[in-house]
Amino acid sequence: MPVLWKIASVIGSILVTMLGLLFVTFIIGRVMPIDPVLAIVGERASQSTYDAVYVQLGLDKPLIVQFLYYIGDVVRGDFGISLLNARPVAEDIARVFPATLELATIGVIMGVVLGVPLGVIAAVKRGSWIDQVARVVALVGYSMPIFWLGLVGLLIFYGILGWVGGPGRVGIFYVDVMPTITGLLLVDSLIDGNWAVFKDAFSHIILPASLLGYYSLAYISRMTRSFMLEQLSAEYITTARVKGMSEWSVVWTHAFKNIRVQLITVIALSYAGLLEGSVLTEIIFSWPGIGSYITTALLAADMNAVLGGTVVVGAVFILLNIFSDLLYKFLDPRAK
Amino acid sequence: MTATPDTPGGAPTLRSWLLTETPTSRRHARYSSFYKGWLSFRSNTMAMIGLGILVALVAIAIFAPLIAPHDPYAQDLGNRLQPLGTDGHVLGTDSLGRDILSRLIFGSRITLYIVALVALIAPIAGLLVGTVSGYAGGFVDSVLMRITDIFLAFPRLVLALAFVAALGAGIENAVLAISLTAWPPYARIARAETLTIRGSDFISAVRLQGAGPLRIIMRHIWPLCVSSLIVRVTLDMAGIILAAAGLGFLGLGAQPPSPEWGAMISEGRRFILDHWWVATMPGLAIFTVSLAFNLLGDGLRDVLDPKDSGS
Repeated sequence: MPVLWKIASVIGSILVTMLGLLFVTFIIGRVMPIDPVLAIVGERASQSTYDAVYVQLGLDKPLIVQFLYYIGDVVRGDFGISLLNARPVAEDIARVFPATLELATIGVIMGVVLGVPLGVIAAVKRGSWIDQVARVVALVGYSMPIFWLGLVGLLIFYGILGWVGGPGRVGIFYVDVMPTITGLLLVDSLIDGNWAVFKDAFSHIILPASLLGYYSLAYISRMTRSFMLEQLSAEYITTARVKGMSEWSVVWTHAFKNIRVQLITVIALSYAGLLEGSVLTEIIFSWPGIGSYITTALLAADMNAVLGGTVVVGAVFILLNIFSDLLYKFLDPRAK
Repeated sequence: MTATPDTPGGAPTLRSWLLTETPTSRRHARYSSFYKGWLSFRSNTMAMIGLGILVALVAIAIFAPLIAPHDPYAQDLGNRLQPLGTDGHVLGTDSLGRDILSRLIFGSRITLYIVALVALIAPIAGLLVGTVSGYAGGFVDSVLMRITDIFLAFPRLVLALAFVAALGAGIENAVLAISLTAWPPYARIARAETLTIRGSDFISAVRLQGAGPLRIIMRHIWPLCVSSLIVRVTLDMAGIILAAAGLGFLGLGAQPPSPEWGAMISEGRRFILDHWWVATMPGLAIFTVSLAFNLLGDGLRDVLDPKDSGS
């Protein structure tokens, strides 16, 4: 019974949080200074047309009823029609989301592959030059405006050195060449065996992904370091050393084993952070992901698109958050 | 500066008065503990560098009209996009011929304005929610903490974007949007502190003396929450600056011709390949200030909150 109860409470908390998210986007949609009816009918419409659309949108109903309608729409995957291109917002989001996913995934992989060993070494060799370097790397990562670093990276590696592809997801010759299978360009081109596209896409993604990777490295290495320090000062580590275990197995099979769950939590959080943090990176690199989509819509006052994008990013963010929370609770006996 | 505090028989100096082990009054004890904190903070070189940069920033912001060599808004189209080190324009000029150094100097005012407002609004909101929630307990606590959790689970930048979209672009709205997404961690901290304080004997004593909940929260719980909040705010400051600059960069924060640093990067972005300094200089300014806040925050954490210091 307790297991069932736990599952129910988790589902409950997901539902409540999602409801909260929808409530906030609903309120934003209501207080915004843009009249949704005018946006549809235009300024020259007659009063009767205006009233008809007003009723059609359900704006004559009480707010709570409107909110319920809104929930119903979102649950059915209906985010309304984009004012910019008159297409369903949900379709647009499904098209742009894989680009963001691809970018954030490669970024977080880089952050983990580099950040975890860096953090472990910094903790083991505490106070050494490696520890100092790790500290500076993280500090700079926390302090640097990502969009500026992206610009400078573009200037140096694309403008001056010419090592990487420029803005965009793929060179102009290869745009829309690939059939969309997963929407992840690198995966699609591999499936198709099209090496030219793969190489080109890789040269375009490497810089923005490294940028995101750097940010997640800064966070992950710091957290790894402090988790490891906590373990290394524990008594069982002293015992292991006294028993004559090699330093390598003390660090990796004893201490590191005990921080794995905490680490996965941190990685999940960092992944969620990258998914939303990619907004500015996408703008700099003209990356056709959800961040660019939301921003473009924002500047064009296309509220359906903005709110739809916010709901999707928010939902993914919330799920990853709760997932990492759960992982921690179920896998780490200390959390009970 | 040879430290020989409290020499018996010696003339009572200010230093020995501050370092005394036996304070004579409540105020004396407060000054004394403050001074000891300052001494330990002062030995942290990196934190002192951070503090130095911030003091310089405040000075620059206050005396901006005296320091700036040019009018930050004055356009000179014949003199546009001048490189670094040009006569009269140390950091060059932007696409409208405005002096970049002067714009950076005046931009420091905007940065400080945003940071100060957010650093006031968000922690105070968090303090209110957290202490009420922690002190009241029960149903009120569940509801308030559930709301906090919901906000905590939101993607902050995207939510700030949506808020700005609804409120309209501008500095004040950017401040509001950032504050709306920044308060939940403070509420969590304040609640945790309140829960540990609530059960202590001195609170029971105050309650027995007849103090109401309002007085207990305001006079006895708030002062004890402040130090951990200050640490957290200082550490968050860099994030606030980066968020504000990001909004400015997207064109949703400060509006042109305002010399806000993020907006300046956005203006310089078009010329990045040929005239790199236009976008690079404001970025360095943002980096310097947020680095300073991070250094200061680390140092403050070591002094005020030794239990989870990073080193």
